[in-house]
Amino acid sequence: MSAIGELAALRRTKSARANPSPAERGDNKAAAVFLAPWFVGLALITVGPISASLYLSFTDYSLLDPPEWTGLDNYAAMAGDPRLFTSLRVTFTYVFVSVPLQLAAALGLALFLDRGLRGLAIYRSVFYLPSLLGASVAVAILWRQIFGNAGLINQLLGVFGVNGPGWIAHPDYALGTLIVFNVWTFGSPMVIFLAGLRQIPKDLYEASAIDGAGKLRQFRAVTIPLLTPIIFFNLVLQIIFAFQAFTQAFIVSGGTGGPIDSTLFYTLYLYEEGFGNLHMGYASAMAWLLLVIIAALTAVNFFASKYWVFYND
Amino acid sequence: MTEPDLLGAGTPETRGPARKPAARSRPSAPAGSAGEARRPIEWGHLLRRIAKHALLITAGLVMIYPLLWMVASSVKPNALIFRDPSLIPTQLDLGNYTEGWNALGHPFTHYLMNSLVIVAGAVLGNLVSCSMAAYAFARLNFRGRKLWFAIMLMSIMLPIHVVIVPQYILFSSLDWINTYLPLVVPKLLATDAFFIFLMVQFFRGIPRDLTEAAHIDGAGHGRIFLQIMLPLSTPALATTAIFTFIWTWNDFFSQLIFLTDPEMYTVPVALRTFVDSTSDSSWGSLMAMSVVSLVPIFLLFLFGQRYLVRGIATTGLK
Repeated sequence: MSAIGELAALRRTKSARANPSPAERGDNKAAAVFLAPWFVGLALITVGPISASLYLSFTDYSLLDPPEWTGLDNYAAMAGDPRLFTSLRVTFTYVFVSVPLQLAAALGLALFLDRGLRGLAIYRSVFYLPSLLGASVAVAILWRQIFGNAGLINQLLGVFGVNGPGWIAHPDYALGTLIVFNVWTFGSPMVIFLAGLRQIPKDLYEASAIDGAGKLRQFRAVTIPLLTPIIFFNLVLQIIFAFQAFTQAFIVSGGTGGPIDSTLFYTLYLYEEGFGNLHMGYASAMAWLLLVIIAALTAVNFFASKYWVFYND
Repeated sequence: MTEPDLLGAGTPETRGPARKPAARSRPSAPAGSAGEARRPIEWGHLLRRIAKHALLITAGLVMIYPLLWMVASSVKPNALIFRDPSLIPTQLDLGNYTEGWNALGHPFTHYLMNSLVIVAGAVLGNLVSCSMAAYAFARLNFRGRKLWFAIMLMSIMLPIHVVIVPQYILFSSLDWINTYLPLVVPKLLATDAFFIFLMVQFFRGIPRDLTEAAHIDGAGHGRIFLQIMLPLSTPALATTAIFTFIWTWNDFFSQLIFLTDPEMYTVPVALRTFVDSTSDSSWGSLMAMSVVSLVPIFLLFLFGQRYLVRGIATTGLK
């Protein structure tokens, strides 16, 4: 089961009693030892910083002088910051255009590849490779070349006599190249879909065939319902990942989020404010807004899942 | 590996070519290799399969064309990169590699070694700390286990951007900026919860009889963990090691923030300064170094694919 399936299951079995074997009852001491590194990390690297950033978000802090309490000033400044709204618009566009396209490509190819196609492993590798390399600076550099003025795309278009624009230098197209980038890395959700498809019991297909169901009917009544937990898992995860996209936009835009802020991802703006301008208080407030947005979207996703995700257990 | 299924059952055909009605009862062609199933080959079906493969091959080529072109460009003279979209270089020019290797303040070997040091620390840290935590979650019964487990799962989804500012403040107050400690120490503290989850999944599959027998024989949890669980978990450990390698090698955001001294630069940060200083005349060497930076990942992909696929399938890693 996936991490998100586990979370959903935990929620659904809230009242169920754990039933440990006698040998394993009362391992508190051993657990404290085995979990010690994780507890320390949770406190110092995760929970501590989250709380600290909440405090810092109410201060003016430049790392050089001690933080100065300014109340809600940072949040008020955010409400009147046009670049912040630009970065939100850019990020939301990126997430809500690229993730559905990416998942559609992943699901489509997974269905196409399923069920013992000859050479399946080779196809899977080829489609998976981009998502493995895609997080690297090297491939972001490649993207910058491909969609550049004299880049690969325009060279190919030139073969057909089309004069392409300088994609990454044009504010109307720059974000599009990054969306294409994210769609291009559909390989990892595809592999998850393939694994999910393989877990659908074969006898369901056999039984429904005996009952007279055709291919299309089987697809609608067996494949899709049994795949909904996987679709849900991929959706939640890819949305969270997409909100965190940074490297591609940073490299393709040369660290600026340009042209004219058209690729100013939220993470890029946060980096610029926090580490470029040393507005650590403001950056902390931005971090909290990001946390709230992601948590809210995930909560909505979980809530909505009650109506369309089918758990077969 | 799955057996080839001649009927392709269950796969919705979205764009198979029109079915040929004629020639249904031909004897099976050698390509069919139908084995003992003595079903006659359907020509329409065969055609559909060929069309399906043609489509997949085309799609696959489109997908990896940019990568192949990057490799081709790295051995092309500069002027050709901006003129020649083909994959086969007309001239083989390795000058880009020698030039790129020495284009920055240090030879590229320096950055490769820096990256390797961090990767080694991260892999070791994740293997030790995540397997320990996973053992507790999978096999120990302790107070608040469900709650901690839920917190662990949620921490998987926490974006690093939310904690990076206070982390920076913490590490800079410890004087850790421009050292590798901010990139390695968190791994020793099991902050990559993804791998805890991956190993919990794996540990759960190890038969309880084995550990309970050892328990009755008087083995403590330390011995059970070290001598039974870990040796049986090499696939999960390999998956963890491979993914940690790839993620750390690719990681740009935290290395950009914690490493500002060129002496300490890793491959991604070095490439970034390279791209900033690049004019059209040195794209070839930039491409060459980009290719070099991807070689370790590609090798892991080639030889560790089994573990990668299994890892993604069980946890949904990137």
